[in-house]
Amino acid sequence: MTAVTATEAARPAADIRSRGRLVFVTVIVILCVWVLVPIYLLAINAFSSPDQVNAFPKSFVPGFETDNINFFLGFAGVGKALFNSILVAGITMVLSILLGAPAGYALSRFDFHGKDTFRVLVLMTRAFPLPLLALPLAVMFIRTGLDDTAFGLALVHTTLALPFAVLITFSLFSGIPVELEEAAWTLGCTRFQAFYKVVLPLILPGIAASAVFAFVISWNEVFAAAVLTIENRTLTAFLLQSLDVSPLHLKFAGGAVLVAPALIFIFVVRRYLFAMWGIANR
Amino acid sequence: MAEISIRNVAKRFGDFTALDSIDLTVADREFMVLLGASGCGKTTLLRIIAGLETPSEGEVWIGSRRVDHLPPRQRGIAMVFQNYAVFPHLTVFENIAFGLRMQKLPEAEIKRRVGRTAELMHIGQLLKRYSGQLSGGQRQRVAVARAMAMEPDVILMDEPLSNLDALLRLEMRAELKGVLAESKTTTIYVTHDQVEAMSLADRIAVMDKGRIVQAERPIEVYRNPAARFVGSFIGNPPMNFLPARKADNGAWRVAGVTFEGPASERDEIAFAIRPEDLAPADDGLPAEVRVVEPLGPHMLVTCDVEGQLFRAVLDSDIDLSRGDLLRLAPAPERIRWFDPETEQSLRMH
Repeated sequence: MTAVTATEAARPAADIRSRGRLVFVTVIVILCVWVLVPIYLLAINAFSSPDQVNAFPKSFVPGFETDNINFFLGFAGVGKALFNSILVAGITMVLSILLGAPAGYALSRFDFHGKDTFRVLVLMTRAFPLPLLALPLAVMFIRTGLDDTAFGLALVHTTLALPFAVLITFSLFSGIPVELEEAAWTLGCTRFQAFYKVVLPLILPGIAASAVFAFVISWNEVFAAAVLTIENRTLTAFLLQSLDVSPLHLKFAGGAVLVAPALIFIFVVRRYLFAMWGIANR
Repeated sequence: MAEISIRNVAKRFGDFTALDSIDLTVADREFMVLLGASGCGKTTLLRIIAGLETPSEGEVWIGSRRVDHLPPRQRGIAMVFQNYAVFPHLTVFENIAFGLRMQKLPEAEIKRRVGRTAELMHIGQLLKRYSGQLSGGQRQRVAVARAMAMEPDVILMDEPLSNLDALLRLEMRAELKGVLAESKTTTIYVTHDQVEAMSLADRIAVMDKGRIVQAERPIEVYRNPAARFVGSFIGNPPMNFLPARKADNGAWRVAGVTFEGPASERDEIAFAIRPEDLAPADDGLPAEVRVVEPLGPHMLVTCDVEGQLFRAVLDSDIDLSRGDLLRLAPAPERIRWFDPETEQSLRMH
């Protein structure tokens, strides 16, 4: 008798749980489809011949043709744009780490007034729309002579990448027990030596990941690049300008070339991006 | 020679006073234990000596040098941390050699010292391993070896055994005592475990609310607590306390029994006796048995004396059960008295 009532009482709860699970799984599937389908279509079309791209109905198997990609890479100006992109992303990467890592270290190790406010402000920089800034920025860059230079654009990209660099390194430093540093101090190290000999070797992989992430942010950025450069366009700005008037299959090839490195890099450093949001490293 | 002298040290965090005018001298080669409940300031004091924390006031002297303005590396100390702080990216050998390399000692000397301390701590076979491949006990040994290899004037230990399991703790305790006695360094050791303190210390400094209440030899701290807090903190089970009311000609009445006591203006003071200093006798304090716990060599009897909790450690031969009435007589020379206001010990004249 008691057993029967127990199962009856248990059923609605289990029902609600399984329904909740259904909603959860559905949301996950929708999100995955949202992200993966465009990438899939991009990949198929980039590796198909022009005829296949324009044909209808579409084939869902790629043609494994590399003509599009090869043509695209041989296109005048692509090489230079690619070089510019790498240069700007490289400078962004270095600047973000040089500025972001000390901020992350300070946030994790020291107590100072306005620490919480600072953490929020770091994120707030991302809430400020870039288009709003673009015009005054362009004017200022022209006045200072920074317009149309890799360094100028890298400065803008650094402001975009810096919040992430700060937050990722903050979480990395927080994962290193203070006692390790203190032990090093008692064993004869200065603050700097302790950092260099103990902390740095332990967080180097994480720093590298954070650097790669900054690289990707710069690599993907198109708005500032399009507004602030004319001759020295980065790949994104170049594509925006020239592919607009290109045939469909070339657009796909350009898109694939742009997306692939970003995807690969993010996949490599995903573990550290989770760490940024406080999810334990697994 | 490394006598440590702490002069009028205070530490405040905002409004909170962690340490309140601490004066303490630790003799050369002495093993001093700082004992207290968590939050009493013992770790803060140790960290001030190490230089990991700056005092708000006061001076710290090691040997003949004033060190409170010096960074940790210039103080001639080595420290063992509660969570071991073994560097995970270095082998055991490199961990122990870390401080020696910072001193730029010749390679042969480093090898010799690492080998010797590793031998001493029985980790000679682990030198090529990394911290992740060691057990808690082994990490602890590495941490101690790393401190010993420095051959420091002073070794500071912050609850080094508290993360080990009970059996290992017992083993390491005896081993630490042996190793440190041989090394002839001055040691300051922080713990909240009174058994650890009693067994290791030359002297125990009992701390409470940012003050040192008593700093004496372990047996002295145990037998003659300077304050009520010390009696209730040290000893397992702790001291019993009962109110004593003034009777005629300097005597005090405790639960209907009269005792000779100290002179005091107060009408009521506290009578104190350790549970093991009680024996059944006809003229003793009337007690009603609440709980009987046989512990093998003796039994722990929890009673009620005039509505107060009262414990006695008695011979296990006595047959007792809940509700029994018995009379417990304290050994006269072991009775202690405390002032109820100041909580300080009242000595017999």
